[in-house]
Amino acid sequence: MIIDAFVLRALAAGLMAALAAAPLGCFVVWRRMAYFGDATAHAAILGVALALGFDVSIFVGTLATAFAMALFVSALAGRGWAMDTTLGVLAHSALALGLVAASFLSGVRVDLTAFLFGDILTVRGSELWGMAAGTLGVLALMAWRWEALLTATISEDLALSLGLKPERERLILTLALALAVAVSLKVVGALLIGALLVVPPATARVFAKAPEGMALGAVIVAALAVVMGLGASLNWDTPAGPSIVVAAAGLFVAALAAGALRGGRQR
Amino acid sequence: MSALIEAKGLSVAYGPAAPVLNHVNFTLHPGEIVTIVGPNGSGKSTLVRALLGMVPAQQGNVSRARGLRVGYVPQKLHLDPNLPLSVARFLRLNRKLSGDEIAHLLSRTGASGLEKREMATLSGGQLQRVMLARALAGDPQLLVLDEPTQGLDQPGTAAFYRLIEAVRQEINCAVLSVSHDLHVVMSASDRVVCLNGHVCCEGTPSVVSNAPEYRALFGMGTQGALALYQHHHDHGTDHPDHPHDHETCSHDH
Repeated sequence: MIIDAFVLRALAAGLMAALAAAPLGCFVVWRRMAYFGDATAHAAILGVALALGFDVSIFVGTLATAFAMALFVSALAGRGWAMDTTLGVLAHSALALGLVAASFLSGVRVDLTAFLFGDILTVRGSELWGMAAGTLGVLALMAWRWEALLTATISEDLALSLGLKPERERLILTLALALAVAVSLKVVGALLIGALLVVPPATARVFAKAPEGMALGAVIVAALAVVMGLGASLNWDTPAGPSIVVAAAGLFVAALAAGALRGGRQR
Repeated sequence: MSALIEAKGLSVAYGPAAPVLNHVNFTLHPGEIVTIVGPNGSGKSTLVRALLGMVPAQQGNVSRARGLRVGYVPQKLHLDPNLPLSVARFLRLNRKLSGDEIAHLLSRTGASGLEKREMATLSGGQLQRVMLARALAGDPQLLVLDEPTQGLDQPGTAAFYRLIEAVRQEINCAVLSVSHDLHVVMSASDRVVCLNGHVCCEGTPSVVSNAPEYRALFGMGTQGALALYQHHHDHGTDHPDHPHDHETCSHDH
């Protein structure tokens, strides 16, 4: 098989999304923020509509909207609203509002499917730079604040007693989440970014003995899923984004089975 | 300054609501064991958090000795079962410790050999000992325990208080603890502070329990709601007309 440039670009984009989403996804799992991740990702569609409307870069548009959404949710949560309800209202409203806003865009007809489910095979070289910057940003934030984020996750009081500021750590997670959403949008689409955040860490959990090991395992699982999903997409002409998520889900089931077998032998 | 922590006219409020603490004066001296008691919502935890600078004072001020080393044992941990965290890794959070240091810390709190266990699988008593080991890691001048015996049964509580006393004997630190149990405090307490938004009364355990303010707040004993039941029989025999309340029985089997 001849590997075309577009395949290499798709592979690079997918691997960057894996790098950005997997370590951050571990915190999403540990802090039970899965729905929060969904709401942030859904807001990206509104970001796409706004970016096209005001003629700014889609990467910047989704990043800004996702960050604004995440801040808004955090602020509402601080006011004593039930998190579950708040997120339910905001996640779906943002998605619907984005779809409605996109319909007002005159001139170019926008193919929203690409943003809802991803369109990794059409990633352009110029887009890769933005994604690389976003991925580096997430990884730098994670590496810089790892210990503090972990402490604040386990106990905010313990973090406070050590002179850390849990609120600042939460803001850093929020910023990292917005960056990861912007990076992953073209890869798996707004509707499936949540899966990219949660499934690889959940898979890595089966074998992980330490938080760092789980983050590393999640990166490996996500990268494998990207390669498998892309391969499936090229061979069988399946949609790439959903194929990546299906591959990740397959790895999750395999890990569970392997974990059960191993556990059974130990007992 | 000889005091470790001194609060003057301390008021703390969360948002626009009425203040949780009102003009509290409090001093903690080196090596002192102080227990704070009070009903639910009396601001016990808030006082401790304000003393440590974890929540800002609305009025008044708190001064801490320069470079005060505090070992803090939080009320509870948020341990998601999806977080793989060994005891050793927990002790290393934000702190560099060698394997030998970790083994030594755990042996001091009677938790030897737990290094590789996952935090989420520990029993309540083991978790308290591991959290205490973590608090001891920085060689604290002050050990702060927020409701440390929550979830422990009575023998567990007694054992944990004995452990705190032994640790204090060893490193001669001050101990500031919050007790959720109004009637059972560490017998070694030099001072008990009875709190209800303000300091109702304070003194040695016997002085406080006889103080009219304490009686007004907590009543005489539990006014029959709870009983300390003395078992005069062995547990081999059954007393269907004589049920005993294991929650409050207070003798050793």
